[in-house]
Amino acid sequence: MGGYIIKRVASAIITIFAVATITFFLMFLVPGGPFLAEKAPTPQTIEALEKKYGLDQPVVVQYANYMKRLIFKLDLGTSLKKRGQEINDIIRVRFPVSARLGAISVCTAICLGIPLGSIAALNREKWLDRTIMAISTVGNAIPSFVVATVLMYVCGVVLRILPTFGLTSPAHYILPVISLSFYPTAYISRLTRTSMLDVLGQDYMRTAKAKGLSQFKSLFKHALRNAVLPVVTYLGPLLAFIMTGNFVVERIFTIPGLGSEFISSITDRDYPLIMGTTIFLATLLIILNVFVDIAYKIIDPRIKLK
Amino acid sequence: MSKALLNINNLKVSFFTPAGEVKAINDISIRMEEGDVLGIVGESGSGKSVTAYSIMGLIPYPGKIVNGTIEFNGHNIHEMAEKELQNIRGNEVSIIFQDPMTSLNPVYTVGNQIQEALFLHTNMDKQRAYQRSLELLNLVGINEPEKRLKQYPHELSGGMRQRVMIAIALACEPKLLIADEPTTALDVTIQAQIIELMMELKKKINMSIIVITHDLGIVASMCDKIAVMYAGKIVESGTIDDIFYSPQHEYTKGLLKSIPKLNKKEHEKLVPIKGVPVDMLNPPAGCPFAPRCDSCMKICLKRMPEYTNISDDHKCACWLLQKKEYEAATGGER
Ligand SMILES: Nc1ncnc2c1ncn2[C@@H]1O[C@H](COP(=O)(O)OP(=O)(O)O)[C@@H](O)[C@H]1O
Ligand code: SF4
Ligand SMILES: [Mg+2]
Repeated sequence: MGGYIIKRVASAIITIFAVATITFFLMFLVPGGPFLAEKAPTPQTIEALEKKYGLDQPVVVQYANYMKRLIFKLDLGTSLKKRGQEINDIIRVRFPVSARLGAISVCTAICLGIPLGSIAALNREKWLDRTIMAISTVGNAIPSFVVATVLMYVCGVVLRILPTFGLTSPAHYILPVISLSFYPTAYISRLTRTSMLDVLGQDYMRTAKAKGLSQFKSLFKHALRNAVLPVVTYLGPLLAFIMTGNFVVERIFTIPGLGSEFISSITDRDYPLIMGTTIFLATLLIILNVFVDIAYKIIDPRIKLK
Repeated sequence: MSKALLNINNLKVSFFTPAGEVKAINDISIRMEEGDVLGIVGESGSGKSVTAYSIMGLIPYPGKIVNGTIEFNGHNIHEMAEKELQNIRGNEVSIIFQDPMTSLNPVYTVGNQIQEALFLHTNMDKQRAYQRSLELLNLVGINEPEKRLKQYPHELSGGMRQRVMIAIALACEPKLLIADEPTTALDVTIQAQIIELMMELKKKINMSIIVITHDLGIVASMCDKIAVMYAGKIVESGTIDDIFYSPQHEYTKGLLKSIPKLNKKEHEKLVPIKGVPVDMLNPPAGCPFAPRCDSCMKICLKRMPEYTNISDDHKCACWLLQKKEYEAATGGER
């Protein structure tokens, strides 16, 4: 376990360093600049601004300066567009909004997907199974921005039953959460169905019944824990999916989270904000994946963390 | 005659598959007294496991009892509700399976899986159940039991896992232990140890055993009585001596010729039984062994022979033993 943690921390540092470097140079390859959108600034103004923020220096020098500040002070710098705002502060304010939406969506996907998949497996080839799998096929095929747009139009515009703007009350969460969790719910239910069917045919299920366990107990104790193993493996990609899904869904529903901030930082060419959010999200994803690995180890004792 | 522990009468079990009715068990009767060790032998697909599952009330879907009765330890298994069966399984009758590698749940400790049976059928508290599971591991000859209880199945060898399975099966001191090919998946030395263990346990705890196998060697070393199954029927049954020294059914004879003997000379080759097992979807009308039998007669293809009682214990269903009936039926024509 100790060796595992050292290895993971080392690889995390390398990964984050690589992400930061690649993002930094890619950013400058994209045409445009942070001050072009301002209403017709004079070349002199632009020059002055660029000088102020160090953008007139060679990219390599800028990179060295940036990394120095990041590594030694954990300082992500200040935004170019939101003058005077520290990136660290922007993340501190915006991230909790996204995190709450993301966490609710992940929980929804897991709490719906696993039971639905299990029910489908237990009713194999019956109408309940067919219905669940039909919905799941649809869910697997539709991207979340389409779900979001359709939901917004139907529930918000036509029926006017749910709010589609912001995140100020529990009802505000409904549409964004559905949009974000529809695909993963579908995917998890399919995954669970397949593995549950496999588990139900395993010899240890026969042993459980031969002991005198009821159907219910043998399902809950012996089948479920084995059947969710593939779902736990999927948690890593799921978290990444929710994170990127957040970008789009926050945009569509005008949610003031880190995702929408990230999107606007790109269109604005707000270089420090792009760097800051990218590094932050990459770090977050790496940390979450370590937790997923540990959870997997707890659920399946055969796994050795390497 | 003492009261029977197990009494199966004219049992028929079929699987209703999309392809048709598979008559997996076709009219068998078995009687066991307390303390008996019965061997059921027969080739793969002859219905041995389904017989075992029937006794446990565990016939898998789409199987059903079509006819007959199963009385076990005062219960009418064939008409009991699932809830009542759950009280008997793992308690009064236990089973161990062929493949110990897959029969234990990989995500729970050995201790958890043994104690589960105890919590289910007794009202032991945690402390007591822990003590009992230690006792059980000692009983089945597992060293360092404290350590083993905390281990997971993948940390144990195959032989060790089968011992754990036996410990689980014995947890509630069942009246009957069914061992369904308990050693088939194990290597030879471990096989011998497991068989020895079962015989020891039988002496220690007063229980009856059904050993299911296609290995006559195992039967010879463990059993008092043998039932030979072929295509869902018991074609011959009797004591060890009856079957080994005066086999009557052509299939039994073939089976005996096909096993290696230590004292056999080089030139006495093993003779495998020729032909293929019966298609259970379309079983023949007469003796199921007819297509593979060297002594097959016309009548064999038409009608199933009745049992002939060779002695009190020894029964066999073959037309060769039914000379009179056969002559009456055919007028002496072969
Ligand atoms: N779940 C099932 N569905 C359909 N047929 C089955 C099933 N289980 C067993 N059978 C049939 O019952 C017969 C006896 O099987 P079994 O008792 O497992 O044989 P064995 O003597 O090898 O243990 C086989 O011919 C098999 O085709
Ligand atoms: S009944 Fe006929 S076919 Fe069957 S074993 Fe006897 S002789 Fe052979
Ligand atoms: Mg079998």
